[in-house]
Amino acid sequence: MTKYSIFSLLRNAIGYHRDWQQAWRSPDPKPEYDVVIVGGGGHGLATAYYLAKEHGITNVAVLEKGWLGGGNTGRNTTIIRSNYLWDESAFLYEKSLKLYEGLSQDINYNIMLSQRGVLNLAHSLSDVRATQRRVYANKLNGIDGEYIGPEEIRKLVPIINLDPTIRYPVLGSSYQPRGGTARHDAVAWGLARASDARGVDIIQNCEVTGFDITGGKITGVQTNRGQIKAKKVGVVVAGHCTVMSDMAGFRMPIESHPLQAMVSDPVKPIIDVVVMSGAVHCYVSQSDKGELVLGAGIDAHNSYSQRGSLHIIEDQIAAVCELFPLFSRMRLMRQWGGIVDTCPDASPIISKTPVDGLYFNCGWGTGGFKATPGSGWVFAHTIARDEPHELNAAFSLDRFANGYLIDEHGAAGVAH
Amino acid sequence: MFLITCPFCGEREETEFSYGHEAHIARPENPENLSDAEWADYLFMRKNTKGVHLERWVHTAGCRRWFNAARNTHTNEILAIYKMGEQPPQEIKAMIEKGKKS
Repeated sequence: MTKYSIFSLLRNAIGYHRDWQQAWRSPDPKPEYDVVIVGGGGHGLATAYYLAKEHGITNVAVLEKGWLGGGNTGRNTTIIRSNYLWDESAFLYEKSLKLYEGLSQDINYNIMLSQRGVLNLAHSLSDVRATQRRVYANKLNGIDGEYIGPEEIRKLVPIINLDPTIRYPVLGSSYQPRGGTARHDAVAWGLARASDARGVDIIQNCEVTGFDITGGKITGVQTNRGQIKAKKVGVVVAGHCTVMSDMAGFRMPIESHPLQAMVSDPVKPIIDVVVMSGAVHCYVSQSDKGELVLGAGIDAHNSYSQRGSLHIIEDQIAAVCELFPLFSRMRLMRQWGGIVDTCPDASPIISKTPVDGLYFNCGWGTGGFKATPGSGWVFAHTIARDEPHELNAAFSLDRFANGYLIDEHGAAGVAH
Repeated sequence: MFLITCPFCGEREETEFSYGHEAHIARPENPENLSDAEWADYLFMRKNTKGVHLERWVHTAGCRRWFNAARNTHTNEILAIYKMGEQPPQEIKAMIEKGKKS
């Protein structure tokens, strides 16, 4: 792998950019791998990368049925934060944020991490109390953050509507300065390039159609490109995880829902933090291109259609316009949907399964992007050692039977 | 936005309805005898079918009555609407069987 640097940029500029090396190979699948990762999104690629980097397992294939990062990795609103209430989540997301902070250097690929700060607004007395509680919990867990009132919010976001007479007035906010955004495509591409450089085979347009299970142990996967043997298989397919678990013969507590996002016309810099509100349910940031990136909640119904209903967007735009009246005359440029895998307790499952050698990483729901490197890091550990890391031990599939749920619904500020 | 035909009020927009998730989940008759895993299965595990899914809706902003629907979760096509307590039409059952085989 040629190292990307200012010098390689200059050298290639002189050559009219005709000699850039391919970022990753497109090999044919080998007949057998030590580990097969199903799903070539951010989490799957991060898993492959950390398997190679942290555990020295390089005979790995990542199978992607479409194109790299074409699922939820390329469809999310790129928000990163770690200010979760419960210890289990806080440590997991903080691990991820820390990995994000060094990721550009680590994988030699600019993921354009922008730690611009994230605000989670509070609109009622109970909101305020829950937000303060969450900030205190974060501080106890060593995570940066503070509770701020309207005056400080005004300094950070001068355009926000702080009129106390609106239906859901802004009373306060949590503020995590280390939170922010990153370029989602770059995360996928950078991890793909770095994994490939360590010997991982990334195989696109390769759909898994079945699992080979003998005596309760995984032996390989069936794909549209033939059988691939594997000692271990990690499944990281977000919305389609129950399609996979149905093939493997066990049940999951997951429902798949459409989640929509949208961007406005590009405009000059107007908002330089991420503003989220769980109560009125919207989130806003501005991309480097100048578009406002807006997110909504999920559609209530199960669906795999990658499209949601218009009324969800209407509700969320109404919230945005009340918080930011000056956005009311802007136009939306694009709108799209992805399929998210929601868990009853709004926390992920990163776990061994009833099948030996088969591991699932799913249930990230609406908030998986922020966890990409951390999720891959703990999942790689779980696969390599055949036991969870202490960071993801609580996120097992067993928790639904033993009752140790990690209820982040309201605690996480819903918006995720 | 779906158009859903309430069996009592007729065709209305989706916003009048609320979703009730998977249909035909019966509460176990002997909860005290269930293992934790069996209870978890009843409480949390869901079909989440890609294809024909049997689900419940309630006409919240109308008659407020519950009913069942068979919907293809891949295309969002609503294939049948039937009342609570009823079984899905025979052709829907056939479609679900066929989906399992393929």
